[in-house]
This record gives sequence, structure tokens and C-alpha cells, in this order.
Amino acid sequence: MNFGFNDEQELLRSTARKFFDNECPSTTVRTLMEAPEGMTPELWKKLAEQGWLGLIAPEEHGGMALGIVDLVVLLEEMGRAVVPGPFFSTVLLGGLAILEAGSDAQKKAWLPKICSGEARATLAWMEPSAELGAAGVTLQAAAKGSGFTLNGTKLFVHDAHTADVIVVAARTSSGQNPEDGISLFLVPKGTPGLAVTLLPTMDQTRKLCEVTLTNVSVGSEAMGAPLAGWKPLARVIDRATVGLCAEMCGGAQKVLDMTVEYAKIRQAFGRPIGSYQGVKHKAADMLVDVENSKSITYYAAWAMDEDVPEGPLAVSMAKAYVSDAYRRVSGAGIQLHGGIGFTWEHDLHLYFKRAKGSEFTFGDATWHRERVAQLVNL
Amino acid sequence: MDFALTPEQTSFRDEVRSWLKKNLPKDWTDRMRIGSDVPRPEVYDFLRKWQRQMYEAGFVGVTWPKEYGGRGLTFMEEMILHEEIAITKAPPVLNILAIGMAGPTIIAYGTEEQKRRYPPKMLSCEEIWCQGYSEPNSGSDLASLQTRAEKVGDHYVVNGQKVWTSLAHQSDWMMLLARTDPRAEKHKGITYFLLDMHSPGVTVKPLKQITGDAEFNEVYFDNVEVPEANILGGLNNGWAVGMTTLMYERLALGFGLQVRLRIALDGLVDLARRSRKGGAPATKDAIMRQKLAQLWIDTEVFKYTGARAVTKLLKGELPGPEASAGKMMWVEGHQRLQELAMELQGPYAQLGRGTKWAVDGGVWQHSFLRSRANSIEGGTTEIQKNIMGERVLGLPKG
Repeated sequence: MNFGFNDEQELLRSTARKFFDNECPSTTVRTLMEAPEGMTPELWKKLAEQGWLGLIAPEEHGGMALGIVDLVVLLEEMGRAVVPGPFFSTVLLGGLAILEAGSDAQKKAWLPKICSGEARATLAWMEPSAELGAAGVTLQAAAKGSGFTLNGTKLFVHDAHTADVIVVAARTSSGQNPEDGISLFLVPKGTPGLAVTLLPTMDQTRKLCEVTLTNVSVGSEAMGAPLAGWKPLARVIDRATVGLCAEMCGGAQKVLDMTVEYAKIRQAFGRPIGSYQGVKHKAADMLVDVENSKSITYYAAWAMDEDVPEGPLAVSMAKAYVSDAYRRVSGAGIQLHGGIGFTWEHDLHLYFKRAKGSEFTFGDATWHRERVAQLVNL
Repeated sequence: MDFALTPEQTSFRDEVRSWLKKNLPKDWTDRMRIGSDVPRPEVYDFLRKWQRQMYEAGFVGVTWPKEYGGRGLTFMEEMILHEEIAITKAPPVLNILAIGMAGPTIIAYGTEEQKRRYPPKMLSCEEIWCQGYSEPNSGSDLASLQTRAEKVGDHYVVNGQKVWTSLAHQSDWMMLLARTDPRAEKHKGITYFLLDMHSPGVTVKPLKQITGDAEFNEVYFDNVEVPEANILGGLNNGWAVGMTTLMYERLALGFGLQVRLRIALDGLVDLARRSRKGGAPATKDAIMRQKLAQLWIDTEVFKYTGARAVTKLLKGELPGPEASAGKMMWVEGHQRLQELAMELQGPYAQLGRGTKWAVDGGVWQHSFLRSRANSIEGGTTEIQKNIMGERVLGLPKG
């Protein structure tokens, strides 16, 4: 048993820390978040050159064949820098969905391009009902000839406006069990009947879209594993959720670091504010939140890589804990900075908004606590 | 990162598992089903025998060096052992202050003679230890302690008073912090003594707690003679030695805390299944499910944060102030758990031992009351937060 990172992972961490310090300081974050794309071609190319777009893809498709634990190290650093753009959606949503559920032809067609930075992908899963379970997938896929016609609306789709391909979860049949009859379809950019609208988001570093499909015709080759769509989709969402938790851990650690530095230098009544217990004790609470968030996230990442039966439970424990923790930490960060923390100029709001957005991505703490209750047979 | 056990660790786990299966007293698990907190006075004799049995099987002090009665294993085995204890709800170790604090400190600071003399009898429960730190006027500000030890010939004469001394009425030895240089700065004039509780001049007066039990005590010293050879870690070096003890306490006891939290949680879930809300089991109530799930999550999080600390320890890093985070978190979780046990009972929460109407014979009322001490004993939550703020985060002292 060993609950630490190996030398390669520590190296990845320090490389990533340096990379984002140089390539994505908060001035860059602010420029990127103002632009609809949330990313520049130059930075995207550099991410590809590092091999990070293919970190978890198999070698045969141009990837590095590393695991979720490795990806967690990178994502912690990305969350620390609140890096905007479609990395998360391309690697952990679209890319992973193709990897988990795609046909061989689809993997061959898309994964090498994703790894090299030529193509961006995302996953259109949720709908206006905001229902997280399988029952939430109602977008219709009607059989037509040898292919399908897709009709419906997807919401909260990450970076669909810049995606070259969207993996769409659709219902090919409905029966007693909502998990049956779901299929995944690959719909490339520019397909007739596909409309993407970028939505204004509170967290500008995260781009969300509405995706409508009106009589979108796809051939049978567009479909991944037929009629078994929910299982791989659930695996993708679990893995993406762990990835999200890692980003949140990195962001929370950065907020704690900023707050501690500030509390050491900011003077009030002739003393640094960090010497007052009202401030110090809050900082200690933040530390506990950050450390615990990391512990449960790392455990969940390991559980994903090892495919242990308690994997989904580990994911839900992590998302429930980290959702609450990041919200508390980012809120306390603003509070302990006082007025300056409430300004647009200070970076804290980037983290505060990222925390709030992440809280409601892939299920909030309340939703995951109920899932924990179910999984432990309460 | 790997949570799987090595073949050696697996065989150690199997050894513990099969021994516990064979030796676990049946009536104990029935009693512990309800997740009570610390050992009650009426079971002290039983716990003495149990610890002795555990020791003879090689399951007490597994990390201590072999020459001092231990097994010379790592904290990983200690963790595995405690995991098994939690699963089987085996009784706790009675001599916990010796195993968790005094022993490791003596092994770290003691002379060879001290290391051979004391630790083995701690493990076998032949000699029970208590901790003489807090005084009526020195609690969180421990370094202001007033109990004095003055040198007379080849021994020291101790005068003063300690308070909140758990197990003192059962103890043979005390870890005593006393002032040996009243003129020195307050942290620098303190010495750590190993004090024989059977010495003339030691008086122990039990203190009745809010539970009605008398589990801790006042201890008075009236010209008590302590040989010079019973100084641990050098004259006027008691503060450093005592702080090491506290670090071990927060770390090593962490394993025990984890076990207690898991056992209490299992008891709570069982209670919830038997309790009714709106005509259905409380486990079907949406709000109760949220609260129970949160406690489940916190118990697991506590375990994995502990596992990270163990990994650091195995890489050769000493127990650090991070252990304060674990202690604080445990306290918060356990008190919330006990509150939930009351909430599940509703109006029945008001009834204690002695009526057929009391839920589970009133044990939850006892453990609920006892849990209020958790945020005070072993360093208050406020002191833990100071330690984390100052020694982990590097914030300035007030």
C-alpha cells in the first residue's frame, strides 16, 4: 500500500506548474475567458506538444497511455491556474467517450487527431430537464433506413461551439429500465440540422452551450456500441467527475496559498491579520478542507484506474466532499481578503466562480450524497 | 499510488483476522453494537485481560522495536491491524496513553535502561499510565504549569496539582511535566518525569463528569520523591519531550480514532434502520439519508487522509503538526454523529438508563454526553487550529 505519487508523477506536476505559470498566468486567463473560444491555437498546440491531450489515450492512437491518477496530477495544476478552454471537454468528455464507447473505425478516425491537437471533441449528455441519471436522456434517435434521425435539445454542453465532433447521447428505444435503449452517436461539426449556441456563464472560464439537433441524419457507422450506451457513458462521467474534483483541489489549494500569503503581510491594528485567531482559525479550516479533498480525490482516481467495484462510490464520496469544500474555501478566501477580494481586478473571483460552476457540474453534493446512500444500501 | 496490500501485508492481515475471529468475546460485540465511545469503568478488568491477550498474540505495539517488546513492523501493519479491529468491533486497548504516547516518547528520548524497563509492561498492561500535563490554571497554555520539582540529593521533590487526568485512579505511572527552573523562560524550565503513582504523597481524587462517570481525576503531589534517574530526555528539556508525546498522541491515536468513528458509524446506521420517521425506517427519510451519507463520507475521508500521513511517515518523515488536522476533523465528525444519534431518537433522546423506554438502554445518551469532551481533551480544537495556522501554514503568532 502506498498513498503517494511516484517520481514521474512528481515530475509531471512540477513541469505542469512551470508550464502554466509561463503560458497561462492570470492575465492570459482573463484574455482567454473574454474570447468565445476560451483558447488560442498557439496554447492548444503547446498542450498537444507536451503530450497532454493524449495523456490517457492508448499508444496505438498516438497517446501516452497513462492513467487517471496521472491525469489528476495535471488537472490539479490546470485547476490551480484556472486554465480556460476545451482541454477538459476534449480529453475527459469527448475523447474518453470515443475511447470507451467508439467503434474501432471511430477511434482510428478521431483519437489520433485529438492527441495531436487537430481535433476537439465534447460530450452532449444533459438536457433541459437537468436530470443526471439515465432517465434524463430523452433526445430521440429514430431508425431510418440503415441510419438514424436525431431530434432534441442538449444543454450544459462543454465547448460544443469549438468542438469538431460531438458525442451525443440519445434514446433509441424506451422501456422499463431507463438505462436500456441509450446509444451514443458521433456528430461532426457542420452536420446539417446541428445548431450550437454559446451561453453566457457565471464562470467565464467555462464555456457551456445549447446544442439542438433537428432532423439530423446519421448513418449506422456514427453509432458506438449499439444499445449499450449508458454503461460506457456512466464510466466516462465517473472519470470526468474525478478529473473535475482534481481541478477543484488545485483551485482550492491556490486560494489557500493566496489567502495565507495575504494574511502574513496585510496589517490591521498594527499586526498582520494572520496573527488574529479569527483569521488563523478560518485558514486552518481551509487547510483541512483542501487536504481532505485531495485524499478522497486521489483515492477515487486510483479506484478508476484499478476498476475496483467500489469505484462509483469513491467518485460520489469525492464529488460530494470536494463540491462543499471548494465552495467553502473559495468563499473564505474572499472573506479573509476583505474588500480587495471582491474586486474584479483580484483573481479570487475566478476561483470563486469556478468553484460554484464545478459544484453543479456532474451532480452537486446533495445529489452525490444520495448516490452514496444508495451505494452503501442505506 | 497503490491501495492493494503486498503478500506480506496480506498475510499479516490474515493473521490478525483469524486470531480475532477465534478470540473475540461474543458478548462484547453485542454491547459494542450501539457504538459506545470510550471504555466505561465497569469493563476495566475485562479490558486489562483483553489487552494482555492481544499482546501475547503480538498485536499491541506492532511498530515498537523488538528489543523493547514490540514487533518491529511499520505503520502500514498498524493501519491494517486497526482496520481489522474496526471491522470486527474488537475491544479497544485500555493502556492507550502508554501505547499511544508514553511508550513512543520513551523509545524516542529514553536511556537504554528506561527503554528496557518501561515499554514491555505497557504493552502487557501490567502497568497502566496516565498523563500529568493539565493543571487547574494551565490548560491550553500548558507551558504556564506550576507543579514544581526541586532537587534534594539524588532525587526531586514534587509539589503541586494536576487535573483532568484520565485513568489516574487505575494508573501505576504518570508522564509528569513539572517546573524545575522557575527562573527560566516558561518553556525552558520544564522537565519530563516518569512518576510512580504508588509513591507516598500522591493523592488521586476522582472527578465526576457530565456523564455521571468518574473517568478522570485530580492528582495532588505532596512532597513526592522522584529519583533523578526518572527524568526523561534531560533536565529542563521537558517541553520538547512533551510536545513529541502530543504529536504521537495525535498520530498514533489517530488509528484508534478511526476505528472508533467507524464502529460508531456502523452503530448509528443500525440505529437509523431501527428508528422510524413518518411511518418508515429513518434510512428512507431524504434528510436523514443526507446526514448519514455525509458522515459515511467524512469517515472515509478521515481514513484516506490518515493513509496519506502514513505514507509520509513510511518515507521517513516524522509525525508533524498535520496530525492536528486529523484530530480536529475527527472531533467534528464524531460530535455530529452523536448529535444525529439523538435526532434519530426524537423525544426518546430525553430518556436515559433505567427505563424500558430508553433506546438501547440509554447508551447513546452516555456517548453523546461523553463526546463533548472530544473537542477539549488532547488539545482543544482552538489550539489545534493555532497549531495548523502557525506551524503548517506559517501564520504569525498572536
